[in-house]
Amino acid sequence: MSETILSVRGLSARIAGQQVVEDVSFDVPDRGVTALLGRNGVGKTSTVKAILGLIERQGTVEFGGERIDKEPTFTIVQRGVGYVPEDREVFSGLTVAENLRLAERGGAVHRERVAALFPDLEARASQLAGTLSGGQQQMVSLARALLNENRLLLVDEPTKGLAPLIVADVAAALAAAAKLAPILLVEQNLQVVRQLASTVVVLEGGRVIHTGSAQALLDDSDLVTSLLGVHGAKSEADS
Amino acid sequence: MSTIVLLLITGLGLGALYFLVASGLSLIYGLMGILNFAHGSFLTLGAFAGWELARRMGGDSWVTLFASMAAGAAVGAIVAAATEFLLIRRLYNRHIEQVLVTVGLALASVALFDGIWGTDPIYVTGPAWFAETTEILGARVPNDRFVLIAVAVLVLIAMVLFLRLTRYGLIIRAGVENRAMVTALGIDVRKAFTLVFAIGGAAAGLGGVLASHYFGYVSPQLGGSLLIFAFIVTVIGGLGSLTGAAVASVVVAVLQQFANYYLGGTGDLVVVLLLAVVLLVRPSGLVGRLA
Repeated sequence: MSETILSVRGLSARIAGQQVVEDVSFDVPDRGVTALLGRNGVGKTSTVKAILGLIERQGTVEFGGERIDKEPTFTIVQRGVGYVPEDREVFSGLTVAENLRLAERGGAVHRERVAALFPDLEARASQLAGTLSGGQQQMVSLARALLNENRLLLVDEPTKGLAPLIVADVAAALAAAAKLAPILLVEQNLQVVRQLASTVVVLEGGRVIHTGSAQALLDDSDLVTSLLGVHGAKSEADS
Repeated sequence: MSTIVLLLITGLGLGALYFLVASGLSLIYGLMGILNFAHGSFLTLGAFAGWELARRMGGDSWVTLFASMAAGAAVGAIVAAATEFLLIRRLYNRHIEQVLVTVGLALASVALFDGIWGTDPIYVTGPAWFAETTEILGARVPNDRFVLIAVAVLVLIAMVLFLRLTRYGLIIRAGVENRAMVTALGIDVRKAFTLVFAIGGAAAGLGGVLASHYFGYVSPQLGGSLLIFAFIVTVIGGLGSLTGAAVASVVVAVLQQFANYYLGGTGDLVVVLLLAVVLLVRPSGLVGRLA
């Protein structure tokens, strides 16, 4: 029986005066992948940023049973939250090695694990991260989160804009990462969600409109269409 | 030929002063997004601290000069770090308030310096070698220019090594690019903010002591007069770029010297025109936003 690692209650957030997250409540179990889904612009990325304190927020966020909603971002991360942001956000003026070295926090640092998962990065250690392809930058971004001992990973649209072959690599890396720590995954690619997620939380207009089993949702194409505005994973993969 | 050499080396000396002020300004803006109008006050205070120490040590020896440079840098660093810790830290992401505080601090500090040291310039002397000249290709170049250039080069090398080889240097370089992502890696970027202010203040304080020897005096307005050109250098070089600040310092100062000599004292005007051209053609600056 899994327990809750992250509990979000009544979370609201605004960006430049605009309400982007409104009274959102959901739990993330302490194992497996929980997918945060929804149409474009419903507040998925803002929800993740609000959990991390990257944008101003109200509400209650508990991590491992302790409230973190009043804490600054760096303290939340130091508690054991790894973050893989939308659009990678690698430091383009730093080398791959410097990007990884910067991400190393105190405590155990798993360089061997990262080297095994992303062997290409070792070969590109001295290359500027800004000169990498999108897929390679995504590997750097994932590697930064996996270097440290984390109790939760927040992964935001890791396959966005990537070629299908690279998407498969990223999905494989996420599957490996999910064995190390639970993941809250924002993802548009329903094939990847089907492959990785056990639980889904669906947002609409900044609010939670559905929670439940990932498989149950993805097997119900009518529900997928009504909640996400797209056809189910199978038809997407076929297209 | 001798005139050109003299203008060139004098320009390099003045550029060294601009760099010592602009390097801190540029790093502070690049990392924290703060236009620090109080930066000139760090320079002035460093100059007065250096002069006070030299006066108490007596004599115009090299030891006195180096001690006054160390005192200027130390006072600049401490006051700058205190400014960040006590005033700026409370105003992150409140840019208008930051500008108001630093402008207010700059105005108040000049009034304070007036009250302590008076409004008249205080003339300073350095080692006897400073008052002499060295002949290069027929030009008789005042010796203090060489010290200015050497110190600025050493400061540039030290800053580059610090940024390249230390963890805090890495944090600062990353923070200049994406501060939010640095915090999202679990790093308390506020420590880097204080450190950058301290480094910038040290360079400005050191620059203050050297400026007092370059101009031959120290006065409460010393920092303010150099700050204007340091801002221009910072924008031309690219906000947040140390290399850009170094390149732009030399370009601006040398251009200023040549225009003053050959174009009837229009150096300041030419520099402002250069700023306008850079902003129109290359708004990110000559080198761009890279630490």
